[in-house]
Amino acid sequence: MIIAAAREIKDSERIFVGMRLPITAYGVARLTHAPNAVGLFESGVARYEPADGMLYTMCDGPNQLDAAWTTGLIQVMGLLSGGRVHAGFIGGAEIDRFGNINTSYIGDTDNPTVKLPGSGGAPDIAAMAGRLIAIMNHQKRRLVERVSYITSPGFIDGGDSRKKAGLEGGGPAAVITDRAILRPHGPENALHLSSIHPGHTLEEIKENTGWDLRSAPDLSETPAPSKVEMDALHQIDKDGFWR
Amino acid sequence: MTEKLMPIKEAVASFVSDGDGVVLGAALENAIPFAATHELIRQGFRNLNAIAPISDISTDMLIGAGCVAEVTGAWVGNVSGGLGHNYRRAAETGLPNPIKINDYSNFSIGMAFFAGAYGLPYVPLKSILGSDIIKSNPKIILSENPFSETKEPVALVPALKPDVAFLVVQRADRFGNSHIWGSTGLTQEASIAAEKIIVLADEIVEPEVIASDPSRVLIPGFGVNAVCHVPAASHPAPLIGRWKRDNEFLHQYHKETREPADFNRWCDEWVRDLPDHDAYRTKLGGQLEDLRIRGEALSAPANYAAE
Repeated sequence: MIIAAAREIKDSERIFVGMRLPITAYGVARLTHAPNAVGLFESGVARYEPADGMLYTMCDGPNQLDAAWTTGLIQVMGLLSGGRVHAGFIGGAEIDRFGNINTSYIGDTDNPTVKLPGSGGAPDIAAMAGRLIAIMNHQKRRLVERVSYITSPGFIDGGDSRKKAGLEGGGPAAVITDRAILRPHGPENALHLSSIHPGHTLEEIKENTGWDLRSAPDLSETPAPSKVEMDALHQIDKDGFWR
Repeated sequence: MTEKLMPIKEAVASFVSDGDGVVLGAALENAIPFAATHELIRQGFRNLNAIAPISDISTDMLIGAGCVAEVTGAWVGNVSGGLGHNYRRAAETGLPNPIKINDYSNFSIGMAFFAGAYGLPYVPLKSILGSDIIKSNPKIILSENPFSETKEPVALVPALKPDVAFLVVQRADRFGNSHIWGSTGLTQEASIAAEKIIVLADEIVEPEVIASDPSRVLIPGFGVNAVCHVPAASHPAPLIGRWKRDNEFLHQYHKETREPADFNRWCDEWVRDLPDHDAYRTKLGGQLEDLRIRGEALSAPANYAAE
């Protein structure tokens, strides 16, 4: 999952990284195919090298030591709003067929069944980054037909509805799960199964998806992690926290 | 210049009123003014609007203690533990009292502070287009860019002007001139937007120290109402170069506040039954000492000579 996420980062790109899995993916990408990538954190941090040491939040000391830039939120998120960020990672409680993500309310907003913590900077990243890469566990209750609240927009109602809402570019480029990679396909921009991770099956993936998941014409198997990628992961994640 | 040093107890009592919009945490996950949150709970404030982009468990704690009528922010929970039990309870069941939630994203609340700080009535934004935040926050209006020849949607976000902002800084002088370093989130915008500023300084230094490096001043003393000397005011949140994050404490809070009775027990033990932040630090004892940053990674001096 982390290796698949790392492969989504291209060299020299400016990436909105986020915490947990994405930060490890960023580290692996820097050590392998993307040595000139730049990591951005919404609290007001830009880094070249990933932080040395365990991070619970992007504001922890190790993420500030030897940073490229420590500044304010508006400066860093302004780069995003100004169209200067190539890609961003986000996670979420629920994602739907069109890549819309919910981290706010399950059920009605006035009388929710579950009140989730909320958006953070995810809507801004989903709206303004050149590409959105979502990471989540592949479970039927997470990959749903329609989210009950769009915290962070994907292709909204599909087709050109994202453009109509005023968002010219961007949108989900990949949804990386522990079983597969989903990508938008066709005029509807619905998420299709693009690649199956080694050891998983089409049947199992369809069973664990909350909508009738179709396969992209070029459906393939996700290449297994190379030795170089695994070595990089071991170097970044010394304690094996994310493995 | 006026000296503005006072105990935090007195600053909270003098500058906060029931029903105020109070910024408690503007830097995101660091420099959260927990010492002020605790004092607001001890003094029994009611109907506050808890304003913060992200404030870790500060907002959750205030809600559980019955101090909050409104929440204005982008994320409320427990960064280490996940969901905030009190926030969930209030939103889902109206306990201990119903709360109104004003949803923002981080950038939109930032730009709302920016508008509040610099006298703009509202800001037109693109970064929340397509999000249901526009629907669930009635203060945000979907409009069109009047300068565009084609139909171009924009979201209009009104200025946000808090009554009081509490800010944790590494060092300040007795006049309130403050140095902050590391990432600052929305500290600058939130403080300029606020009617009153209360600085919680980890260390009080001579005015010459602050004056020696004016580029590091994020909050000049002339805008500050009170400066309080409160070491480790942000515990369990970190303060760059001073204190590490107390992850264990945050996990413990998550475990020990699941039910209202559990939360009340926790809140008595860690907040209500303690007279002040000195007692809180004493209670933490060695646990706090372990979080003190002892290493040095000093920046190079900057020359400000005029000739």
